[in-house]
Amino acid sequence: MIVLQHIERRFQVGDEEVHALSDVSLTVTSGEYIAIMGPSGSGKSSLLNILGILDQPDSGVYELDGIKVSGLGEKQQAAIRRHKIGFVFQFFHLVPRLTAFDNIALPLMLSGVARAERLERVGAALTAFGLSNRAQHRPDQLSGGQRQRVAIARATIMRPSVILADEPTGNLDRHSGIEVAEILEELNRQGMTLIMVTHDPDMGRRARRQILMVDGEIR
Amino acid sequence: MLLTSLGEGLHHFVLSEFTQFGTNLIIINPGKVTTHGVSGALISNVRPLTLEDSQRLKQIPHIIETVAVIQGNAAIESGGHQRRSTVYGVSASAAQVWNFAVATGRFLPDDPPRSARSFVVLGSKVRQELFGNSQALGMRVRIGSELFRVIGSMESKGQLLGFDLDDAVYIPTSKAMALFNRESLMEIDLLHTASSNSTIVAEQVKKVLQERHGKEDFSVTTQEKMLEVLGDILGTLTIAVGALGGISLVVGGVGILTIMSIAVNERTGEIGLLRALGVAKGQILTLFLGEAVMLAAIGGLIGLVVGLGGSWLFSVLVPALPAHTTWAYVASAELLAVCVGLLAGVLPARRAATMHPVEALRAE
Repeated sequence: MIVLQHIERRFQVGDEEVHALSDVSLTVTSGEYIAIMGPSGSGKSSLLNILGILDQPDSGVYELDGIKVSGLGEKQQAAIRRHKIGFVFQFFHLVPRLTAFDNIALPLMLSGVARAERLERVGAALTAFGLSNRAQHRPDQLSGGQRQRVAIARATIMRPSVILADEPTGNLDRHSGIEVAEILEELNRQGMTLIMVTHDPDMGRRARRQILMVDGEIR
Repeated sequence: MLLTSLGEGLHHFVLSEFTQFGTNLIIINPGKVTTHGVSGALISNVRPLTLEDSQRLKQIPHIIETVAVIQGNAAIESGGHQRRSTVYGVSASAAQVWNFAVATGRFLPDDPPRSARSFVVLGSKVRQELFGNSQALGMRVRIGSELFRVIGSMESKGQLLGFDLDDAVYIPTSKAMALFNRESLMEIDLLHTASSNSTIVAEQVKKVLQERHGKEDFSVTTQEKMLEVLGDILGTLTIAVGALGGISLVVGGVGILTIMSIAVNERTGEIGLLRALGVAKGQILTLFLGEAVMLAAIGGLIGLVVGLGGSWLFSVLVPALPAHTTWAYVASAELLAVCVGLLAGVLPARRAATMHPVEALRAE
């Protein structure tokens, strides 16, 4: 359950003030599938960053699963990101030095999960995402679709309640894009809230609820 | 590391070299050395030190022995062999005062100073060069124009700061005065009892000599003072060596700073990712600080290995000058390296930690 109330976010670009988000209020119930759409510069990414607690609003209230996020300290915010939120990026953001296996295992390692459990959970994820025979490949040895599947596996290995996807198919060909979208939708069916930023209308139509953003406001 | 090792080794080495002559020495040289650096010897009316001065000083309480010293270079000849060596004109007591050990035969006999017999005691190197493995005792050698009978040879003493103490012969002072055509002594060495205070004895020596000479035209140096001066010099040396080490530490620190800054720049995207995966600022800081410290520690270890290897090599190549490795130095050197790493890592690590995650993610 996500509740945003009167969120404001402004940036200083040169001597001009850009109103990235103005008076954004939004309620997302658990298990929803939402597409945030709109032209570039409309505030989609800013909204996603605030939802992911990567950025702080200048004013307004953000509540995630009943927790008032804005008032928390940096460490608690990090903990919420670790346990409740999974990020999927347009450019995958895999660590180039690590194998697919280690990339997926990264969040588990960072939260101190024991080795045996790590092996088991990552193995299961690899199988689920059809990457079993790619476990020991590094990102540069994988195709775009495979990379994004590794990234999704990493985002969901901690079993978050929310997946935030920023143009997850934007850097993929049509076929891989549909494949990735189907994987995300399957995760949504399993109960994870899926919030996806996209400017591809076809992708947007797949979502059960569409939000259109123009000039930092929800239309 | 190697530097401090060497410095320490040098310190010990020089101290032991100087104290091998005994610690209760007082040395008298002609001419007054003033703080202005003008030696009294420059003024012609200096009354030189004589054999009689040496005899008189021996009567001062607490003085055990005196050695009247003349030093010069002369050719020493025996059979077909010839060698130029240092010739010391000394009293019979020199072996005792200087802690010299006789290998074979005996040292010079205690003849009356003015009418000593023509005996010579050979340093080990001279003996080896002139006689090889054959018997030297009783043989005659020519020094300058006079013949001397060999009555003993010394044990090897090694080198003192480049002076080969074995490449020398010892003859009675009066003979050396004749040989080098000198009227006066170059030095009088006094051995005083271990229980007596060297400063008090030195004062008495001054008084006696002043009475004889009418004024203070000589300088008295106690061994303590020599060691003190030496200690000062070596202390300065150690500081200089330390400063060198300090500079290299700063350079190393700057190197680590640069490497870490580059690492933070290159891995901006990864830092953003880690933040998104729920790593707190503090953890990022620790991560990069740890990396800097690791780098410095490894560098320090390599330095230590090279340093220890160097001092080992040094001790093999120049056994006479053993580099002295203090383990406390080794430990503190490593600790210092780690501290430098920590210091150098603070800035880049702070930059990594305070980076805005959104901007960091956008960097890739």
